[in-house]
Amino acid sequence: MKKKVKVYVSLKQGVLDPQGKTIESSLHSLGFKEAANVRVGKVIEFEIAESADLENQIHDMCKKLLANPVMEDYRFEVEEVVRP
Amino acid sequence: MKFAVIVFPGSNCDRDMHYAVKDVLGAEAEFVWYEDECDLEKYDGILIPGGFSYGDYLRSGAIAATAEIMEQVKEQAEKGKPVLGVCNGFQILTEAGLLPGALMRNKDLSFICRNQRLVVENNETMFTSQYGKGQIVQFPIAHGEGNYFCDEDTLAELKRNNQIVFTYESNPNGSVENIAGIVNKEGNVLGMMPHPERAVDKWLGSEDGIRLFQSILENWRKTYVAN
Repeated sequence: MKKKVKVYVSLKQGVLDPQGKTIESSLHSLGFKEAANVRVGKVIEFEIAESADLENQIHDMCKKLLANPVMEDYRFEVEEVVRP
Repeated sequence: MKFAVIVFPGSNCDRDMHYAVKDVLGAEAEFVWYEDECDLEKYDGILIPGGFSYGDYLRSGAIAATAEIMEQVKEQAEKGKPVLGVCNGFQILTEAGLLPGALMRNKDLSFICRNQRLVVENNETMFTSQYGKGQIVQFPIAHGEGNYFCDEDTLAELKRNNQIVFTYESNPNGSVENIAGIVNKEGNVLGMMPHPERAVDKWLGSEDGIRLFQSILENWRKTYVAN
């Protein structure tokens, strides 16, 4: 069985996010004054065979490549693969 | 002394680096394509040039840092050989874990390309012994992600070990403590955002970079060439 993995990578809290700041000021200039603390991250998706060790495998991938622990945090979700 | 200039897909300062050590310094230098069979043991120094390896995909330097040749670079670094990473080379060295910290997007988001005045904070490294302490030098910078970041513990350690080698006279990119270049604890791996290899001729606007390469050569001679 294959699983679908979604990894969410974001800058650590406390690390300045200049992209987020710029998007926030653009939102404000469009009239969305309520928007605050805009942060930009990325989503990495992949499919992988199910295994007992899957979560550890994903943590390993995140630590070694998908996120840089110096400046980024990550979290992930594992879902069923849905074919349209 | 023989240098390897490691070339990744997307490296674009490899020829400048080769020119600096071969034509200006007068040492030997060879390009090493990242996936060629090559034993880095036969080189005395390793240079990782600037550019945009793998199009900066994922994070700048992240993909190149996983290349097999980086395992060899680590081995040679452990043997104490000089390893210099400039710009993208610095990003690759941090991503590969050879240097602490990370390079983030410039604070104002812009790509900055200009001459930059730097302060030589530590002139007791094998890369900077030909400079004076506190000397001001001018190297070009050309980067969008040169904003050096590390946590407070790492910063305290960098200071304690005198690992901060170059700082910006005025901060262009938001780097912690104006950091422009650092060495590892052992002192043989230097990463820096500014480009000494582009400051090796008067007609390039500055020749302040020559002393960096002369320092490497001089220290190599002292260590490996019998008097």
